[in-house]
Amino acid sequence: MKAVYFAWVRERIGRNEEEISPPAEIVDVRGLIGWLSARGEEYAHAFENPDVIRVAIDRAHGKHDAPISGAREIAFFPPMTGG
Amino acid sequence: MTPRILIQTADFDAAAEVAAMTRDRRDIGAVVTFTGLCRDEGGRLAALELEHYPGMAEEEIARMVARAAARWPLDAVTVIHRVGKIAPGAQIVLVIAASSHRAAAFAGAEFLMDYLKTSAPFWKKEHPIDGPATEWVAARDEDDRALEKWRA
Repeated sequence: MKAVYFAWVRERIGRNEEEISPPAEIVDVRGLIGWLSARGEEYAHAFENPDVIRVAIDRAHGKHDAPISGAREIAFFPPMTGG
Repeated sequence: MTPRILIQTADFDAAAEVAAMTRDRRDIGAVVTFTGLCRDEGGRLAALELEHYPGMAEEEIARMVARAAARWPLDAVTVIHRVGKIAPGAQIVLVIAASSHRAAAFAGAEFLMDYLKTSAPFWKKEHPIDGPATEWVAARDEDDRALEKWRA
């Protein structure tokens, strides 16, 4: 699946997007955030406070307990500040 | 009702958008227009920089418009949101809601703005006048609280 990052999540990780292949035991967004956090310091920094991270699964808002199976694109970003 | 939803770097002309929306219409009795501008935050700000999630931003706004149209009899809706660098005093966002009567137009426009602030994937970064250090704008609790009135 493709992971995409926005705003300070993108800046902390240092990339806009990447292809990721989490192991089968990672079943939901919460698990995926934990798995990503272990990929390196930049990821740990981006996800140091997982509760503030918002997620979109295939371009629709999702919660941290949402399943990730079958998702093509998962986005991680801070609370939105548009308008 | 097919909304006009645009995300663009270019400025917009609110009057021209209203004129285009109401041209050849005889059923619309009320048009409410909201324009959001970039504040200078007491002279501190050189510019705001807006980032968005291409694709999802348009889709999320369309979902918000569908929810508004299910709740109020809206005849036409336009949402234009700018991205990129925006100077203090310049326009950022335009919401136009039209209906046969004013109550639906007012409510529809306010609902759309409240959801744009909290659910549309846009992020603002501040460029201060006095240095190169930029800072992401933090989400405001009062914007989240503004949604509560629509949940009743």
